[in-house]
Amino acid sequence: MAQPLVKKDDDQEDEEYSPFLGIEKGAVLQEARVFNDPQLDARRCSQVITKLLYLLNQGETFTKVEATEVFFAVTKLFQSKDTGLRRMVYLMIKEISPSADEVIIVTSSLMKDMNSKTDMYRANAIRVLCRITDGTLLTQIERYLKQAIVDKNPVVASAALVSGIHLLQTNPEIVKRWTNEVQEAIQSRAALVQFHALALLHQIRQSDRLAVSKLVTSLTKGSVRSPLAQCLLIRYTSQVIRDSSMNSQTGERPLSDYLEACLRHKADMVIVEAARAITEFSGVTSRELTPAITVLQLFLSSSKPVLRFAAVRTLNKVAMTHPLAVTNCNIDMESLISDQNRSIATLAITTLLKTGNESSVDRLMKQISNFMSDIADEFKIVVVDAIRSLCLKFPLKHRSLMNFLSNILREEGGFEYKKAIIDSIVILIRDIPEAKETGLFQLCEFIEDCEFTYLSTQVLHFLGNEGPKTSDPSKYIRYIYNRVILENATVRAAAVSTLAKFGSIVESLKPRIFVLLRRCLFDSDDEVRDRATLYLNTLGWDGSVGEIDKGVKEFLFGALDVPLVNLEASLRSYEPSEEPFNLSAVPKEVKSQPLTEKKAPSKKPPSFGVSANGPTSPVDAYEKLLSSIPEFSSFGQLFKSSAPVELTEAETEYAVNVVKHIFSGHIVFQYNCTNTIPEQLLENVVVIVDASEAEEFAEVTSKPLKTLPYDSPGQTFVAFKKPDGLPSTGRFSNLLKFIVKEVDPATGEAEEEGVEDEYQLEDLEVVAADYILRVSVLNFKNAWESMGPDFERIDEYGLGVRESLAEAVTAVINILGMQPCEGTDVVPNNARSHTCLLSGVFIGNVKVLVRLSFGIDGPKQVAMKLAVRSEDEAISDAIHEIVANG
Amino acid sequence: MEPYPSVKNILLLDSEGKRVAVKYYADDWPTQAAKLAFEKSVFTKTQKTNARTEAEIAMFDGYIVVYKFIQDLHFFVTGGDNENELILATVLQGFFDAVGLILRNNVDKRTALENLDLILLCLDEIIDGGIILETEASVIAGKTTSDSLDGMSSLSEQTISQALATAREHLARSLLK
Repeated sequence: MAQPLVKKDDDQEDEEYSPFLGIEKGAVLQEARVFNDPQLDARRCSQVITKLLYLLNQGETFTKVEATEVFFAVTKLFQSKDTGLRRMVYLMIKEISPSADEVIIVTSSLMKDMNSKTDMYRANAIRVLCRITDGTLLTQIERYLKQAIVDKNPVVASAALVSGIHLLQTNPEIVKRWTNEVQEAIQSRAALVQFHALALLHQIRQSDRLAVSKLVTSLTKGSVRSPLAQCLLIRYTSQVIRDSSMNSQTGERPLSDYLEACLRHKADMVIVEAARAITEFSGVTSRELTPAITVLQLFLSSSKPVLRFAAVRTLNKVAMTHPLAVTNCNIDMESLISDQNRSIATLAITTLLKTGNESSVDRLMKQISNFMSDIADEFKIVVVDAIRSLCLKFPLKHRSLMNFLSNILREEGGFEYKKAIIDSIVILIRDIPEAKETGLFQLCEFIEDCEFTYLSTQVLHFLGNEGPKTSDPSKYIRYIYNRVILENATVRAAAVSTLAKFGSIVESLKPRIFVLLRRCLFDSDDEVRDRATLYLNTLGWDGSVGEIDKGVKEFLFGALDVPLVNLEASLRSYEPSEEPFNLSAVPKEVKSQPLTEKKAPSKKPPSFGVSANGPTSPVDAYEKLLSSIPEFSSFGQLFKSSAPVELTEAETEYAVNVVKHIFSGHIVFQYNCTNTIPEQLLENVVVIVDASEAEEFAEVTSKPLKTLPYDSPGQTFVAFKKPDGLPSTGRFSNLLKFIVKEVDPATGEAEEEGVEDEYQLEDLEVVAADYILRVSVLNFKNAWESMGPDFERIDEYGLGVRESLAEAVTAVINILGMQPCEGTDVVPNNARSHTCLLSGVFIGNVKVLVRLSFGIDGPKQVAMKLAVRSEDEAISDAIHEIVANG
Repeated sequence: MEPYPSVKNILLLDSEGKRVAVKYYADDWPTQAAKLAFEKSVFTKTQKTNARTEAEIAMFDGYIVVYKFIQDLHFFVTGGDNENELILATVLQGFFDAVGLILRNNVDKRTALENLDLILLCLDEIIDGGIILETEASVIAGKTTSDSLDGMSSLSEQTISQALATAREHLARSLLK
């Protein structure tokens, strides 16, 4: 019995043995008193420092007092001649990083070491001193540092150069004076000195393109020794190539020969660096790519995981833009699917998914199926995303790809992973009509056994929108009603809504839906019962409503067209009264301009007493500001406020920008003025607006600004009347008029007498886009269909020669001032055609939807087909007019 | 792309993911808790891999981590998303081999802790504030151990293991010269 017990003890001791077992901060700090002994025991002191460093390394912290005490004690150790101890002292000082007033204690000791005969002392003293020093001290030691940079001992030179790189962040003007020495160090025969010198010199000169270009050109002729320095030079070379390609449009890139030569370097790191630089050229040609891809392909079968990873990662990036260039590597890539390293395997798969052609899809899917079970969720999500884009690329292959998605949907997985799959299926259903029925069916199966409430409700919502439009809607009912029986209240409520959608669209199912909904009236949950009652009544189960009118459908399918944040704000400010809450009064402007949001508070004039507490959006702020001015209170609800338009050049005497506030029958220009001259005070500031080029507008009132002191922005307003509800446009010229008073800069007091003066501002235009609010719709297709073709207007336009398709799309969006939907403002690279969906609300609360189809031909001629649907014929025409005039 | 290659941290953990010696050069992990969380995540994600013959590599949370294991010690070097993997691997190899030289190929947690001063000096000689100072293992080990013998005043005070360490250093030094 006794024997095993002893053995166990032994084991434990062995396992837990550590020289620092039971170490305790207080005790070690006590031990540190040995530093003060008159007869220093170097070994003992070293041990104590090691213990202190161990504590710090384990995450222990010293209080300010403790740190100071330790620091002062450690400084005593400079008396010892023991070099080992000295090393530990250097390390300790760096770890404690003493405060500025403490640094002075060690400065002289360190400066002595900096001039020591021992190289090790010199190098370390430089590093420590530069770490803890501040600007004033630096000027004292600058002379030594310059010497050190060209020291014949490479360790000393490197220490000074690396310190220089750090110091450049804090004291650039001092380090910049070392350029000559650094240049000399670049010629050093020591490999790492050259590396450090090159890094520092580039840092010093980085803002001077010409100097960097010269440096690179001279070094690429060959005299760079270490692979690390080569890597630096490659980075700087590609920077020079980037900069120069912006200036000249000649096809030939300078220095690309050098990069290509680096592909044959003997060090792997240089080859990888060069290959990566080449693949990242903007507009890289296949002739440039080929040599880089060839070397990377060789690395794919390397025995070193790091090298395989570097190669496959680079190729993966190339495959995003130039899939054809990578297809040669497909065979090597396929063997990497079974790589032990899962990062490599995942990168290989996603690369293959990008480069694969239609015929290889099936084989690839088979290989991936085996692989999916043993990788982590984060990798699976990457694969799912890649499969989705592959399916969009080869719609004919949707069967096997959807199959794959449904298989992995059935397997175990976390929320993010399942969500990625569901999102992918939804996107595929939306974009590939043939995949719809199978996809919906897979979703039905998924919710049969889904542990995530959020995903269940999402799927149910989607089923409600898409299910009724399929050939046999009745088959989905069972799955949906099962949710009502089996799930939690949130899912049950969602299922009730889905049932109602089926009932409203499919007339033949209506009686059966009523039966199911009536059962829900006895549900234990309030929300479920409420919804069932609501839908039964709106759908007319008691026969009171013969036909489902448009309003009901819109109620069921229409997305909430107000941003939820705005709705929340409006509901919060609603006070219970006789008057019901009005949903259409909720502001619809999407608050997506953080820049103006940040600017807004500073522009609020103190004189109007608008408090700046809490983050208020510009629209809210403008609304408050305008309603506080009695002259404008009769204008009604503010429809839209534009972003500020600058009316002056930057850095002029008076900075003025204008915000256009649109009301139904009025428009108010808010001129934000800033006086940038300290010696002036402006009074009675007004803007004289000439509206002769804006015939439909008539000035009604203006509100001058009494005083405009230096650097304290103020506002003046001018209001115009315009035809009610119409998108009137026009051009306004502006003249700033004011009285200038000189200000004595010493006292800050203004003189009594002022001089009248004026200042010409730039013209201001009111365009049709000012009358459109950017309001997004959640599901454009639904919105488009429910709008109906009654007021549809279609026409085609030639946009002439454009830089790219993306540029044309952005231009049209800006002209219209509408909200792009479903991410269609992004044009894929190299796309020849593109469809962009826009939505907005026109003045008078008229919803407008726009579908833009773009096409580009060889010589960059862009043509566009514009289809508009709105609730008003005149508005549809107006949209066309905007485009025709833009 | 960074103007020069930089290392975000170097970690030396034991077989349970506990710290032996760590050094952070970037502010990506401002608090002690963030550092420990990163170490835990690195450790668990690499634990099951075989990084004993060749250095392995992983990418997560926007970082590249190269790593190598020996006995009960796990070596890690972390760099940014865009960093050249081969450069990080060179740093790792330099650290790994230097520790091997310093500990005279007797590389395990216990010996490492017994010679923690040398390990810390070794880290100090490899990276300075994120910038690569030296990657050649023999040079690193040489800078760490050389000259530290002068202080060995009285042999009588030394324990057996200290005596062994001294001998080891002598040997390493003679090998390196």
